[in-house]
Amino acid sequence: MATTFYHQIAANKRNSLLLSTVVIALFAVLGLAIGYAWTASGPGSVFVMIGALALGLVIAGGSYFAGDGLVISASQAHPVDETTEPQLVNVVREMSVAANVPMPKVYITEDSAPNAFATGRDPKHASVVVTRGLLDKLDREELQGVLAHEMSHVRNYDIRYTLLVGVLVGSIALLADMFLRSVFWGGVGRSRGRGEGGGAGGAIIMVLALMLAILAPIIARLVQLAVSRQREYLADASAVDLTRNPHGLERALEKIAVDREVLEVANRATQHLYFTNPIKKWEERSSGLWSTHPPIVERINRLRSLTGQAPLDRDGVLGLEGLD
Amino acid sequence: MELFLLILVVVAIVAVGFFILTYNGLIQRRLRIDEALGQIEVQLKRRHDLIPNLVNAVKGYMEFEQDVLTRVTEARANAIAAGARGPAEQAVAENQLTGALRSLFAVAENYPQLKANENVLALQEQLTTTENQIGFSRQHYNAVVLDYNTSIATFPSNLVAGMFGFIKREFFDAEPEADQVPAVQLR
Repeated sequence: MATTFYHQIAANKRNSLLLSTVVIALFAVLGLAIGYAWTASGPGSVFVMIGALALGLVIAGGSYFAGDGLVISASQAHPVDETTEPQLVNVVREMSVAANVPMPKVYITEDSAPNAFATGRDPKHASVVVTRGLLDKLDREELQGVLAHEMSHVRNYDIRYTLLVGVLVGSIALLADMFLRSVFWGGVGRSRGRGEGGGAGGAIIMVLALMLAILAPIIARLVQLAVSRQREYLADASAVDLTRNPHGLERALEKIAVDREVLEVANRATQHLYFTNPIKKWEERSSGLWSTHPPIVERINRLRSLTGQAPLDRDGVLGLEGLD
Repeated sequence: MELFLLILVVVAIVAVGFFILTYNGLIQRRLRIDEALGQIEVQLKRRHDLIPNLVNAVKGYMEFEQDVLTRVTEARANAIAAGARGPAEQAVAENQLTGALRSLFAVAENYPQLKANENVLALQEQLTTTENQIGFSRQHYNAVVLDYNTSIATFPSNLVAGMFGFIKREFFDAEPEADQVPAVQLR
């Protein structure tokens, strides 16, 4: 186990750096293309590229240092302490002792859908957010299982990577969209009319840039998916390792699985952060194949196999059928 | 001849380097044990401090359960006294205290007024979290002790350990199994 999570920490730090570099490079390329579409001149393109590069750096830096605050305010969470929520704060402290990380900040979202997430750039700057529904619907042991799962994300530096993924994926989509609009609304045509076209070389750059602008958001979204599914299984396993008790987490997953409340504050940019997918299958905004989470039944069955219990039948369990 | 000297010097440097690194590694592992033990001590102290409050809060309701309350008070006094006698003995005394507390909470289930008392509930939550934190700190402590004990017993770090008198450390023993917890007589 120990080697697993040290590897995970190293991989997360490496991937965070890699992701930021790739995204900033993408910003530069898209900036160059936008600049070309607007001005159709070498110096003009470079000027816009430098602007986009600076924007990329600011966004990457900003999400690293302030992204957690952004995500927390997007989830409409307010901070709590020992006097207001003694049991929640106590359970978080227990799990921080178990994971041997500093005590994170604790927040509550006033929403009756049971869910939770952790965010921050490293264990020293981490926050845990739970919904009111989670506190009301789970008992202490189940709450401990969920928070052990979240604390594993904190200890493993999953929080850093998922935070960067969330913000950067969003901003890539925005920039690509901006570029496509600038082309669509005739930036290129106008410059050609002035007879300043870049010739064949310019046309190739434009085609490549167009392809990039279309593909970048899709690739970014795929990255978001790929990172989250495996990570959830690993966090479940780490949670059991921390609490030495698979039952609390298993029962929590079962309760959440049959819960039909919808978490309004979650959206596609933040859904991969949550304990279970906040966007449920029957909702219109759900996207089937593009799920950021492994199926709950699969997670429950992996925990059941630890204690030698028979797996739940995916189709046979009433009430679980709509779940993801 | 010169080559021989050169090899000798290289070997000496490697040996000294190995000694310094191993020695520092052992010291660091030993410090981690002390730090982990400190973490347990803080929680144990907190539990010792909470118990008199709990006993006072429930006394009024549980006048017929004097033996349960006495056992908790005695177990607490024993645990405090055992604190000076090393982790192994301390663990035994603390486990007895854990057992006595569990009996108390089990008996308290029979008193509905007690379960409705905010003050008692808050104390019960405090004791539960303290006990859980003791358990988790103990897991951590035992893990670092195992790490240290392994490194002073295995080659080549055992050479350095033997030379500077690093000795094996005791584990903080695991909790008693449920069947070892004292039975509770219900009325």
